[in-house]
Amino acid sequence: MDYIAVGLAGFLGAVSRVLLGKIINTWLGWSFPVNTLIINLTGCFALSFFLTLTLERLEINPRLRLAIGTGFLGAYTTFSTFAVESINLIRNQQVWPALVYLLATPLGCVILAWAGSVAAMALAQRQAG
Amino acid sequence: MEYLFVGIGGIFGAVSRYGISKWVGRRWKGDFPLATFCINITGSFMLGLLSVLLTKGGATPAWLKSVATTGFMGAYTTYSTFAFEIINLIQDGEKGIAVRYLSGSVILGLLAAWLGLTLGEYV
Repeated sequence: MDYIAVGLAGFLGAVSRVLLGKIINTWLGWSFPVNTLIINLTGCFALSFFLTLTLERLEINPRLRLAIGTGFLGAYTTFSTFAVESINLIRNQQVWPALVYLLATPLGCVILAWAGSVAAMALAQRQAG
Repeated sequence: MEYLFVGIGGIFGAVSRYGISKWVGRRWKGDFPLATFCINITGSFMLGLLSVLLTKGGATPAWLKSVATTGFMGAYTTYSTFAFEIINLIQDGEKGIAVRYLSGSVILGLLAAWLGLTLGEYV
């Protein structure tokens, strides 16, 4: 059952990634992979917020927590696309976009994951107080 | 239709990641997040390799590319769990492991993607 929950949520996560990626690309026709960057940044904030909140305060079904965290948000964000896009930027000699992408993704994602965890803890304390 | 194929790949990608994480989690008790580390690096290699191989020759149907690359490899690898594990390591006072995990994943992930792309062009 856990595998079915993760799989179904993974379906939705992967589809959301492609759908949102296309919407961002039509808004911003950049050569820079800004769609993957935005997807990874938002997904990192969301996972950290969700897992911290459900640990600190909100009681939810463990299988639903697994489906949303590991299935949906795990499949929504992607590491492999980030790695391949970085190498392609370097190979196309787009040195500055490559450097910005390479630094902004890991650092931005860690900062947003931290922000998500802090926001969830603040929310949990406010509700408790 | 493209979305359906991406989604099908996403099912198998997410289930594989979950299965491997559980399997590694039973065997590896260290603080270093070995499961996600291995998943992201092998996935980066495979995406690099497949994105070249499935474009070569032009005979590959578009649906297969959606299933294997954007769907499977995209969902198999993950950035959100990776970032959350780094935050947890820092909160647990394991700053050294956090830095090694972060820099090791990015450097080896890029190297693996490059290796996959290069290998794909040679075969």
